[in-house]
Amino acid sequence: MEMQQFYYDNKIVKKFIYATILFGVVGMLVGLLLATLYLFPNLTDGISWLSYGRLRPLHTNAVIFAFVGNAMFAGIYYSLQRLLKARMYSDFLSSLHFWGWQLIIVAAAISLPMGYTSSKEYAELEWPIDIAIALIWVVFGINMIGTILRRRERHLYVAIWFYIATFVTVAVLHIFNSLSLPVSVMKSYSVYAGVQDALVQWWYGHNAVAFFLTTPFLGLMYYYVPKAANRPVYSYRLSIVHFWSLIFIYIWAGPHHLLYSTLPDWAQNLGVVFSIMLLAPSWGGMINGLLTLRGVWDKVRVDPVLKFFVVAITGYGMATFEGPMLSLKNVNAIAHFTDWIVAHVHVGALAWNGFMAFGMIYWLIPRMTKGKLFSVKLANLHFWLGTLGIILYALPMYVAGFLQASMWKQFNPDGTLAYGNFLETVTQIMPMYWIRMIGGLLYILGLFILVYNIYRTLRANQPIEDDFAEAPALKVLSGSRMSGEKFHPWLERRPIQLTILATVAILIGGIIQIVPTIMVKSNIPTIAAVKPYTPLELEGRDLYIREGCVGCHSQQIRPFRSEVERYGPQSKAGEYVYDHPFLWGSKRTGPDLMRVGQKYNDNWHFNHMWDPQSISAGSIMPGYKWLFDNEAMDISDIEGKLRVMQTLGVPYTDAEVANARVSMAKQAQKIEDNLHSDPDFVKSYENSKKVAAAKGEEFVPMSQREIVALIAYLQRLGTDIKVKDNAKK
Amino acid sequence: MFEAIKHNLERIAGVEIYPILSLLIFFTFFVGLGIWVYGYKKEAIDEVSQLPLND
Repeated sequence: MEMQQFYYDNKIVKKFIYATILFGVVGMLVGLLLATLYLFPNLTDGISWLSYGRLRPLHTNAVIFAFVGNAMFAGIYYSLQRLLKARMYSDFLSSLHFWGWQLIIVAAAISLPMGYTSSKEYAELEWPIDIAIALIWVVFGINMIGTILRRRERHLYVAIWFYIATFVTVAVLHIFNSLSLPVSVMKSYSVYAGVQDALVQWWYGHNAVAFFLTTPFLGLMYYYVPKAANRPVYSYRLSIVHFWSLIFIYIWAGPHHLLYSTLPDWAQNLGVVFSIMLLAPSWGGMINGLLTLRGVWDKVRVDPVLKFFVVAITGYGMATFEGPMLSLKNVNAIAHFTDWIVAHVHVGALAWNGFMAFGMIYWLIPRMTKGKLFSVKLANLHFWLGTLGIILYALPMYVAGFLQASMWKQFNPDGTLAYGNFLETVTQIMPMYWIRMIGGLLYILGLFILVYNIYRTLRANQPIEDDFAEAPALKVLSGSRMSGEKFHPWLERRPIQLTILATVAILIGGIIQIVPTIMVKSNIPTIAAVKPYTPLELEGRDLYIREGCVGCHSQQIRPFRSEVERYGPQSKAGEYVYDHPFLWGSKRTGPDLMRVGQKYNDNWHFNHMWDPQSISAGSIMPGYKWLFDNEAMDISDIEGKLRVMQTLGVPYTDAEVANARVSMAKQAQKIEDNLHSDPDFVKSYENSKKVAAAKGEEFVPMSQREIVALIAYLQRLGTDIKVKDNAKK
Repeated sequence: MFEAIKHNLERIAGVEIYPILSLLIFFTFFVGLGIWVYGYKKEAIDEVSQLPLND
């Protein structure tokens, strides 16, 4: 048989590895800064683009899409070519994929600190970047499927199925969750509102974990663990069951992020049931990975690559055991909104994704440079620093989460809350935030060791060149099943049919969950007293979104006595019908704000936003001084915003749109008048007028500054229901 | 024990068919999967699982 000669593209793998390392360092350093901001909240005082709320999405996006994303692509580009005995379909597409992806990352790194965000978790990027992501993702898909069609190996190894499922599902998720109507180049509103937006978001959010952080890395596990251990996977049959059951079940589990929320109960319960079932395929996969090492455990003692893999797979096992447990409503009632969840995701990110990526890099670089790793000792040191870092990160966060939840729920014998002031529950867990920061620091030190070790390895060995290979061309077989050929072996050599079947498997769960909630009106009972935001409040809400307040404050009061006592009546689905996007949040570093409206006077908010510690000593909230700058708020888009809202079904009248600026000025002036009731305000206000005059600057009245809009929004929160209650009385 | 769940389900028209449908979907899915997997010939399995080691 004639052998065909070709080269494997190693240079594209190299590029993706470099990007992985670079953005790993960046993403984790931002994480470390965030951990430090818990301890020193005013470390970056007055610098808007270094504030916690704006950096948090940068950290999550950098780690997920830049670090893990690039690691995934590096791993796929290396293994796919070899498993298919073919060079990537198109060098141009490979290059376009690489540079396009890096450009998206840079766009994210610039736009997120500037405050351009949709506020939907792990989907914060604004619409032009979303479109770019979709396009580049399709480039990746075409390149992958093109390679598969040109392959010289008949059967598609299980790793490739995981890659295919990743491509298909992330495309579906990303497109549906990002649907929004643009107001301007960098501002849009989600087409969904309130409960529906929440459901779609967490259908996306959960499955971003499933199909961006899990399935591609399982594919990598099925390739690199056998490679590093030099023996085939423990059970190929198990891997087939693993694949189909995982993708079939995973897609249903999203609503476990919304337990006890105002999501209809049937959807919540569906999410719980499927989350519990998910334990089976997840652990099947974990066991399959670990048992691949049967008979070579002695190698694990000496080979850092295998050490990283073992801890990665163990971390996967821990996170996927914990996931179903957290989905039980009684456990979720404690863990949700606390640092427990932060611990959970970091076990996944640091152990599973991080250590898989590190193991892969330590295995790939010596191989591609045709030499040895510069120092096995340093790799071992990295391993131990990283492992210790994970433990020091996760353990205190578990303690903090459990402790704080217990304090939130603690009552005195007389029926009052034992920790009525939210802040008391924060100051108690400060030592845990310290240990967490140290854990993160150790993990990053380990990463720096990797950087040095890889740098020295690259210098000592040969430059990375494309690998020569030869293989016979694939004989053309009939597309239909041959006599005696079973269904699955046939499917495995038919990539298109396999892709279609995988798509069907993921769409079933998605459709059954999402469609009824969006279509069936009775799922969201409307409340007559709930009215759309005034133009000023809407601008204030956009500032709330811009500053990332949702990163620390929820707007969702669960039906527990402890929450009703602390925050007011439980949230109702009908209260959110005009919320494009929803702002329920997923973490309470500070208290819930659902009903903060009219709880404090305007001066309280004014002083609190300027210097939170002056109101609440020991608060870990940063000040937002730039909202007070002597600049008029940009309201140039207000009519456009209202019109987009009209299109989305929010009942603004045309007269309201036309009069928006008048109404804003009126409402803002009222807040400024209220502020004058504080003599301290009057004094400093007069003072700043003089300062501006001395500098020759034009003085912008307080009513035109951003802070007033934010106060208007905060004072509105949850008050519609109060109006109704008052009317009843 | 399942009052909270039943309460919501009872209001759906034609809910009786749900458990039967669910059972059918899952039964078919997993039994089908089992049949595929155990229908494999040993040699075929060995061949495929050697793929990563043969490049």
